[in-house]
Amino acid sequence: MRDIHTSAITDAVKKLCMDANWNLEGDVLRAFDRALATERSGAGKQVLQILKDNAEMAKTKRIPYCQDTGFVVCFVELGQDVHVTGGGLYDAINQGVSQGYKEGYLRASIVKSPFNRVNTGDNTPAVIHVDVVPGAEMKIMIMAKGGGCENRSKYKMLTPAEGMQGVKDWIIECVKTAGPDACPPLIIGAGIGGTFEKAAILSKQALFRELGSPNPDPMLDALEKELLDRANRLGIGPQGYGGDTTALGIHLLTYPCHITSLPVAVTIECHAHRHKEVTL
Amino acid sequence: MIRAASDGIKDVTTPLSDADIEQLKAGDRVRITGVLYTARDAAHGRLWPLIEKGEKLPIDVKGQIIYYTGPSPARPGDVVGSIGPTTASRMDKFTPALLQLGLKGTIGKGYRGQPVKDALKQHKGVYLGAIGGAGAVLSRFIKKLEVVAYEDLGTEAIRRLEVEGFPAIVVNDCHGGDLYQDGQKAYAREEA
Repeated sequence: MRDIHTSAITDAVKKLCMDANWNLEGDVLRAFDRALATERSGAGKQVLQILKDNAEMAKTKRIPYCQDTGFVVCFVELGQDVHVTGGGLYDAINQGVSQGYKEGYLRASIVKSPFNRVNTGDNTPAVIHVDVVPGAEMKIMIMAKGGGCENRSKYKMLTPAEGMQGVKDWIIECVKTAGPDACPPLIIGAGIGGTFEKAAILSKQALFRELGSPNPDPMLDALEKELLDRANRLGIGPQGYGGDTTALGIHLLTYPCHITSLPVAVTIECHAHRHKEVTL
Repeated sequence: MIRAASDGIKDVTTPLSDADIEQLKAGDRVRITGVLYTARDAAHGRLWPLIEKGEKLPIDVKGQIIYYTGPSPARPGDVVGSIGPTTASRMDKFTPALLQLGLKGTIGKGYRGQPVKDALKQHKGVYLGAIGGAGAVLSRFIKKLEVVAYEDLGTEAIRRLEVEGFPAIVVNDCHGGDLYQDGQKAYAREEA
């Protein structure tokens, strides 16, 4: 067994929260550059250039690049030979979120209840998913998920007869209905298969893969490229002002499913793609 | 007041009149100087019963612009943190009534519903788009910030901003023009 103290977990989460909001990941910046090379729309090009400048300014001033600093979705891969000491794992993560958002001048965007709408004041609690895996390490991945784009995420139970074509059309439909509301250029995570909740979780996990990297499954990789091309033919463009860059990437994850089912969950992510990870 | 600058951008100074609004067309780039009031979901939720009862609002919206945003906290010495637009359609329920009270403009991102577009025509108003996710850059144009109502709402409180050259683009004008429709039509290609 390897001991990991909760103070190390809190500290790691705190740093990830600040880093994710101040420093846009390199994969997104590289995707902006690729888009600038192909975008035909003048307004679209201008938006992409401003987004690059915005990222640079945020990094320099250590302020968030978007005022929506997100709902912290935390995926933990917990090695089964790790022993967490000093308290509870979930408390340690939430403590890290609280410290990161307060000390990092990040916005508190979470309300205590969907009905009373009273702000919790420190952006807690996080949504936490823990997977137990072999080994003696703990990998913490956080996404500070924006609300505007999350509001356009969708789920549909297709029938097996609707098949591949049904899946493709549904994902494109989700991009269309997200439109300018979700801050394009978008990044799309789709979870296909499993059950209702499994597909939704997969759609979030899919977003952690590096933008521009191939899907390890060649069939899914070809499908992602086809869908990205279709999405970028919609004409929505950066901010919806019209253009060729509607999405920067479409990432797919699949899981076995029941003989009756073909679940497809689509998480819509904006270009302010706050994702960071660390291994303890 | 609206003045067309030599760089093709329209300089907009608040407050705005019907005649000012008529000069703005979908696709126009603008630079706003003057006052913006921030309000989003929770603040609109509190304004709504007052509007319904015909009571006085905590801000006079006549000739003014509401910016749909909830800024992040300012670092010591800064006026504001990051301050980009939020999705406008969540405020659609409230906008026609505010336009009727004399509000001239709103700033946000994303589509507006038909009742809002109709109200822009009827009451001479404009819907402007600011770049979503560019809140750091947009903070540069905010010169002064003061909470004027509902302080307990935190980021959702109503703030009075003094801005200089705040950049936006006309999405829906009072003539029925729609930048999203025109722009997207121009770049849509037949599906693969």
